[in-house]
This record gives sequence, structure tokens and C-alpha cells, in this order.
Amino acid sequence: MSELTLTVMRLGFLAVLWLFVIVAVQVIRSDLFGTRVTQRGARREAARPQQAQRQAPPQQRQQPATGGGRRGRNAPTKLVVSEGTLTGTTVALQGQTISLGRAHDSTIVLDDDYASSRHARIYPDRDGQWIVEDLGSTNGTYLDRTRLTTPTPIPLGAPIRIGKTVIELRK
Amino acid sequence: MSSTTNSPTHHTSTIGSIGTPSRRNTELALLVFAVLITVFAYANVGLAINEEVPSGLLSYGLGLGLLAGAAHLVVRKFAPYADPLLLPLATLLNGLGLVAIWRLDQSKLLQSIQQAGNAAPRQLMYTAMGIAFFVVVLIFLKDHRVLQRYTYISMVGALVLLLLPLVPGLGRNIYGAKIWIQVGSFSIQPGEFAKIALAVFFAGYLMVKRDALALASRRFIGLYLPRGRDLGPILVVWFISILILVFETDLGTSLLFFGMFVIMLYVATERTSWIVFGMLMSAVGAVGVASFEPHVQQRVQAWLDPMKEYTLSRQGQAGHSEQAMQALWAFGSGGTLGTGWGQGHSELIRFAANSDFILATFGEEIGLAGLMALLLLYGLIVERGVRTALAARDPFGKLLAIGLSGAFALQVFVVAGGVMGLIPLTGMTMPFLAYGGSSVIANWALIGILIRISDTARRPAPAPASNPDAEMTQVVRPS
Repeated sequence: MSELTLTVMRLGFLAVLWLFVIVAVQVIRSDLFGTRVTQRGARREAARPQQAQRQAPPQQRQQPATGGGRRGRNAPTKLVVSEGTLTGTTVALQGQTISLGRAHDSTIVLDDDYASSRHARIYPDRDGQWIVEDLGSTNGTYLDRTRLTTPTPIPLGAPIRIGKTVIELRK
Repeated sequence: MSSTTNSPTHHTSTIGSIGTPSRRNTELALLVFAVLITVFAYANVGLAINEEVPSGLLSYGLGLGLLAGAAHLVVRKFAPYADPLLLPLATLLNGLGLVAIWRLDQSKLLQSIQQAGNAAPRQLMYTAMGIAFFVVVLIFLKDHRVLQRYTYISMVGALVLLLLPLVPGLGRNIYGAKIWIQVGSFSIQPGEFAKIALAVFFAGYLMVKRDALALASRRFIGLYLPRGRDLGPILVVWFISILILVFETDLGTSLLFFGMFVIMLYVATERTSWIVFGMLMSAVGAVGVASFEPHVQQRVQAWLDPMKEYTLSRQGQAGHSEQAMQALWAFGSGGTLGTGWGQGHSELIRFAANSDFILATFGEEIGLAGLMALLLLYGLIVERGVRTALAARDPFGKLLAIGLSGAFALQVFVVAGGVMGLIPLTGMTMPFLAYGGSSVIANWALIGILIRISDTARRPAPAPASNPDAEMTQVVRPS
């Protein structure tokens, strides 16, 4: 057997062995549990129906499905984080309660020193109007400039501030 | 999560929860890949040594492929949500071990001293037995929590297995270490099976006792000091592992046994102080035993100065071995990229070249680059085990998965460290790679139990039944 063939086989073997390791690590990467973050840039339109499908079954439906049908034309469809470490994150609004806080089971896990573990929640009332409620947090939740004391309806585009994170509802 | 969204560019991303898919097709694809790598290596050995594609290529490839396929089908049927990586990783390691053993079989030198010749077919048979064991575990162990009932029986079983080699007439002293028993024409290493029984016992015991061990403690310079009476179990285990070291003169088994207990104790109680205690105790124990036990002393000497050991052995002094130095030379001669399959001279290690020292063959023929990949494969198995423990919902499953993967990791460390000269050499074998029935069978059973736990852990929880009356009951509420 020629020297060249053996050298090629030797290097080829190392290459496929490492390829196996890399593929295995990729499998682990795609196997992580918990929340999935889908990057959406150019594929925004294409991704939307899938995302709706994916999100629908596992979410706990804390509200009866009546909220979806009665929404007016100005109803928000998504929640967008506009400032803070999670900037750019969106969550589709589909009648489910969204919890915010540092606790790991929150819908949006805030990585923010000023946030409490269960800081606030955002939920639709019977008419499909989205309400923000402070859950007794230490540093408070602000809608525009005012600190929340009672559950308050959220106007479209109004900034909700929790520590360094700012969230707003958009169409 | 934040790591993916931290960048200052204003991209958008969506958060949603996901159900765990079963991943069986990924497993199948990886299995095919693993078998192909093995076949490639096998053909490479044949081409390098005999200048032809080996005649057994089809039968070996098919044999390994069929075994892996059977295991895959059983996993698909009986553990559909199991981890997709454990089976392919174990198959690849086992397949590469077969190739290396077959490569050493081809060596005229080893054939002439009766150290090799037909080891590969026997190893293939052991692999078949191991996979049969794996299948039996998956079919009959429907739920790993059943093992919890056998906590104390496994303790007795493990102790019996550990002590068997000391029974006169049954135990065999193979080159210093008394960790073998002879049944008929078979020699068995009971320690390999004891490892699993011990993990079951420790998991069952610590699950019950962990609160007492974790909570009743005083704080002292940043460490939680356990109460004196809570030190009882760790002292007993330590004492038994010292006994193993003294009577079986095997550092590896002793270290594996004690290390596994300390790892599980730490995981169960979350107290760093146990690790500190464990390390201190094992250091004291090892140094203490080494001060009076000649066999252990000699192993330590050979580790500190392998060249002197080599010279003494060359001069014909009994009780010395040149293997430790030869293994180091083999690694050196392999270099970064290795000599290529079948082109090294690791057969010069002679005795135990295909069992305890098989890693030297890999080091020489696939080099540092290949050896790193091999160690990563082991690391991935351990990682999947720990991941399984994290995902497991019941404390017993968590502890059992941690114990089994910890034992696996310790064994790899003890053997690889021994062959590479990092720690004194012991009589244990590399899981899946080395020639030996007990090791292959016990490790396939271990993988089987891990797959069972991971199936339970990753199985999606049944969706809560939707209650049609929910809205009604919410409406009728006291005002």
C-alpha cells in the first residue's frame, strides 16, 4: 500500500472521528431543554405561522379562550422588550398570561438585579384588554412614569419599566 | 437565554416553550455514522498490515451493525424518549476497541507469546453478550425506581462481589492485583458489576438520609462541619475501601468505590465540606497503606520513576514491569497525528497490550488528536449521564444517574491517568475499549440503566386534562 494512501487514510480517520464528536455536540446543542429562542430577521413572515403553532399547545391557558375573538383592530399582537439585556425579544400574545421575573419558570426570565423573582404579570381581561399587575415586587413596576399600585390596562406602545428592562406592547 | 440576545444589534427573537421530541432518528443516523467509522478503521488496519481489505470486513461490520441495530430497535420500542447520544457513543467506543484488539491480533510478536490471536472474535462475542444484557435491562427494568426496593440487597451484593476475589480457591492473583475470580475457564472481574450495585445502594441510602447529612451541621471557616455521628457512613465506606486496597492491592477499585460515594454524597447534600473530607481521607488512606504494603509501594515507585523500573525489569529483577515506560514511549512515538492504524509498534508492550494498555495503542496509532477525540467521547457519555440526572424528576433517579456516570468518569480517569503516568497504574480497564468480558457486559448494563432513567426523565409529562366545568366553577364563586 502506498505511503500516500495510508497518510490520506490516517488523516481521514482523524477527520471523521472529530466530525463524529462535532456532530454529537451539535445534537446536544439542539437538545437543550426549556425555552426556545427563534431568531427572526428576514424570515419574519415565514416564521410566524410555525411560531404560533409551536407556542399554542404547551402554554398554560390560564384565561379562557374568549379573549382572542373579541379583540378590536387596535389589539396588540406581541410584547417586545425594547431596553435591557433582553432587547429585541418578542413574545406573541395569544391570550396567555405572561409572567416576568427572575424565577426560571417565568415566561420572560429577567436577568436584572433590580427585578424580583416574581415581579409582574401581564394578562388579558375578559374583553381582551391587556392588563399589567405588579406582584408585590421590591423595586416596583412603572407604566410610563407612574409606579403601579393596582392592575392597570396597558395602552399600545406605552413603556413598562422593570429595573433596567423596558417592555411594550405592539401590534 | 440572555447570551443569545445580548448583542447590541436589534434583532428580534421569539420565546416559546418546546416539548421534547423523541430524537430516535437522530440516534439511528449517529449509529450508522459510528458503525461506518469503525468499518473505515478496520479496513485501514487491514490495508496497512496485510496490504488488502481484510476478509472479515463484511462480517465484523455487519456484526457490529446488527448488534447496534438491535439495540436501537429495542430502545425505539421500550425507551422511546431516551437520550439520543448514549447508544451511538458507546457503540463507537466499543467498535474502535474491537478494531484495536483485532489489530493487535495481527501482530506476529503477540501471537508468538500467546498474548493474542483470537481476541477480537471473543471480544465481538462479549459485545453481543453486553448488548444482550443492555436489551434485558431495557425490557425488564420498566422503571428505574424499582431498583430502590433493592437498596440493601444491592449493598450485600456489592460487598460479596468485592470480596469474592479474596475467597481462597476462587480468587486469582493476576500480576499483583487480586481483582479476578476464576469460574471454570472464565475469569471474571466482579468489581465491574459491583460498581452498578454500589450506585444503586448509595442512591437508595442517600435519598433517605440526605436531609440529616445536609442540615445538621455547624459552620466553621466557611465550611459546614457535619456532626460526629453523621460521619459514620463515610467512615464505614472509607474503611471498606482501605480494606480493598490492603487485601486486593488494587488502587483503582478502591478509588472508584470511595470516589463514587463522595460524589454522590456531595450531590445529595450540596455540601462542599464532604469533598474536602473525602479528599483528605483518601489521601491519608492511600499514603497510610502505601507505607506498609509492598505491592502498592512498588506501583508508586514505578509511577515516580518509570525509567528506573524499566531498567530493573530489563536486568531481570522479578516483580518489576517495563510496561509503564513502554506505554509512555508509545504515546511519544505517536506524536500529534499518530503513526496511522496498524503502523505503530504497541505490540512491544506484550502482556496486557490489548487490555490494560490498549490506550497506548490508540495513543501511538491515532496520536494526540485521536486520543483527545476518544476522551471527548467518554466525556460526552458522562455529560449525557449528568444531564440525565439534572432532568430526572425523582431524587433516586438523579442520584443513580450521577453515581453511574461518576463511576464511569472515575474509571476512565483512573485508567487513562495510570497509562499516561499521571497517577500510579492500577488493574482496571478502559470501559468499552479494552479486551475483557466483564468490563464490556457491565458497562453495557450501565448504559442501559442510564438510558432507562433518561427515558423517564425526558418523557413529556401528560397534559393536564382540560376541565369543561372550569369556566362554570369560576363563575359561581362566593362574592
